[in-house]
Amino acid sequence: MNAADKKRLLREMLYARRFEERCYEAYVERKIGGFLHLYPGQEACVHGVMEAAKPGHDYVITGYRDHVHAIQCGADPKKVMAELYGKETGSSKGRGGSMHIFDVEHRFMGGYALVGGPFPLAAGIGKAIKLQGGDEISICFLGDAANNQGSFHESLNMAAVWELPVLFVCENNLYGIGTRIERSTAVQEQYKRACGYGIEAARVDGQDIETVYEAALKAVDYVRSGKGPYFLELSTYRYRGHSMSDAGAYRTKEEQQEWIKRDPINLFKERLIEAGELSEEDFQSLDKEIIEQIDRDVIPFAEESPEPKLEELEKYVLAENDPWVKGGAQ
Amino acid sequence: MAKLTMAKALNLALAQEMERDKSVYVMGEDVGRDGGVFRITEGLIDRFGEVRVMDTPLAESAIVGVGIGMAVAGLKPICEIQFSGFSYMGIDQLESHAARMRWRSRGRWSVPMVVRAPYGGGVRALEHHSESKEVFYAHTPGLKMVIPSGPRNARALLVSAIRDPDPVVFFEPKAIYRAFREEVPDEEETLPLGKARIVREGGDITLVAYGAMLRPTLEAAEQLAGDGIDPEVIDLLTISPMDDETIAASVRKNGRVVIVHEAQRSFGAGAEIFARLNEKAFWYLEAPMERVTGYDVIVPFFAREKAYLPDAERIVHAARRALQ
Repeated sequence: MNAADKKRLLREMLYARRFEERCYEAYVERKIGGFLHLYPGQEACVHGVMEAAKPGHDYVITGYRDHVHAIQCGADPKKVMAELYGKETGSSKGRGGSMHIFDVEHRFMGGYALVGGPFPLAAGIGKAIKLQGGDEISICFLGDAANNQGSFHESLNMAAVWELPVLFVCENNLYGIGTRIERSTAVQEQYKRACGYGIEAARVDGQDIETVYEAALKAVDYVRSGKGPYFLELSTYRYRGHSMSDAGAYRTKEEQQEWIKRDPINLFKERLIEAGELSEEDFQSLDKEIIEQIDRDVIPFAEESPEPKLEELEKYVLAENDPWVKGGAQ
Repeated sequence: MAKLTMAKALNLALAQEMERDKSVYVMGEDVGRDGGVFRITEGLIDRFGEVRVMDTPLAESAIVGVGIGMAVAGLKPICEIQFSGFSYMGIDQLESHAARMRWRSRGRWSVPMVVRAPYGGGVRALEHHSESKEVFYAHTPGLKMVIPSGPRNARALLVSAIRDPDPVVFFEPKAIYRAFREEVPDEEETLPLGKARIVREGGDITLVAYGAMLRPTLEAAEQLAGDGIDPEVIDLLTISPMDDETIAASVRKNGRVVIVHEAQRSFGAGAEIFARLNEKAFWYLEAPMERVTGYDVIVPFFAREKAYLPDAERIVHAARRALQ
């Protein structure tokens, strides 16, 4: 990475952080409905991996903590925010909301509410790539707790047996909602579980974007070269609760402070400052510019966009509208 | 006697049954230290310990499947699934094993387990977090499917479900977990499974509802009563086995009926009730049977949730049509 790439990456991570914080505010104001799962603390994971991959070309699939993944694949933040607001201009026309962001044009294959649900889909996308002879890869970002679902094991086995071009990225943030990994998972180092399927695997610090990037480059090359799947475990931490309704009573302030000391944005920023590639003032003005941009472009777009039309409630169930869909005689 | 929300009433049922019967265990994702995502199991781990209140890994199929194994081997597990929409991975275990164990063992083994899950709309969410798929379970012989409509009957029905010798899927309408309070007796109380309840007696038309839909149905009944119409309201309480006799008796008396559910329309509980009324009350009908339901779409996001969910206005409208 050259200095310009590093500055761009720092900006993208900071943008993701501020975007998520703005989602938090909008949720508190009840402008966003349903459930909201925020990403702060884990930014180096998706940014580091996607920097090594080809966003918009490679297929990406993930769980419900998905806004930043979509944006990093190329989704327009305005459309993502509008989606959270349930508006017609949203990336899924306001039908999906926070947990179900989709961006077909950028091959962001979706956020999924059901934990572990995307594993087989990621393998299936890999199978389709292989059968059709493309050079894309399928990247599946999920959390550590998802690996306790049966779908993890079934999919890893199939991906390994069929040597599918799938990069499994495990963002291990130590908690499945409020249950810590020691209490739910027999083997806590997740990469070891992939070894049980003969899948190449590594575990690296998920707070340091350069480390993530280096590991991801190796993983992406491996998968793209046709050698089969790869499993990359990234040790990380989410600052917010699992969702907005989570008070976080299950973890200590000390633990959170320890992780905040290794904040991925701060770590990277300090490193760039040390290398003379950035000044504190540069960073502050970057931050200000990002916040202003979100307030100027993203939020008004979401707020002013129309809601989905009532008469289109039945659309998108089947290719041809089922006459029953409107509720028959109602 | 205390005035409790449905959330607290369910908690009371769990605590009292765990106290009464040492073979009762509670298990599920975050049910222990976290007290459950909707706080229904709050405090149970402090009172009964980690052995009887188990935080499980995130694995619905195994939560249900392990529950079946425990039940076959003599325990009474209560499995919590965080949202009914997360239960689909457990359906295989329920359909393939829980529902068939008594039949397969020719009555020697049973599966006295309860699978509890919050279901239905009302939290501004969508899809898995808001849907009503009770008929998935009601369609399967060997399972019981119970849906309470308020604090007092929720408590009594959950106690009955725990004591029932067969597997019970117990859906809790999350929209009313904390919507209102009712007097709930301190001493134990049960309600028979498979028995509907007449909530309001009336001689002009029969309205049938369950779960969170009981409230808008009662509201509709009040509106109709304001216009001099006297509706009878039946709360189904158990979806399967269905108490069709209570419904049929009411319809034989009134000749007109509206069924209300928030689940999608096609192949829903309403369709089953129509079929049974056709068998048991056809010659007494004075108008076509009506149903007010969710639409045959994926449950939409919050902007259109209100349009999806039946409300008093739609119920009154259907009732007026039946009364013409």
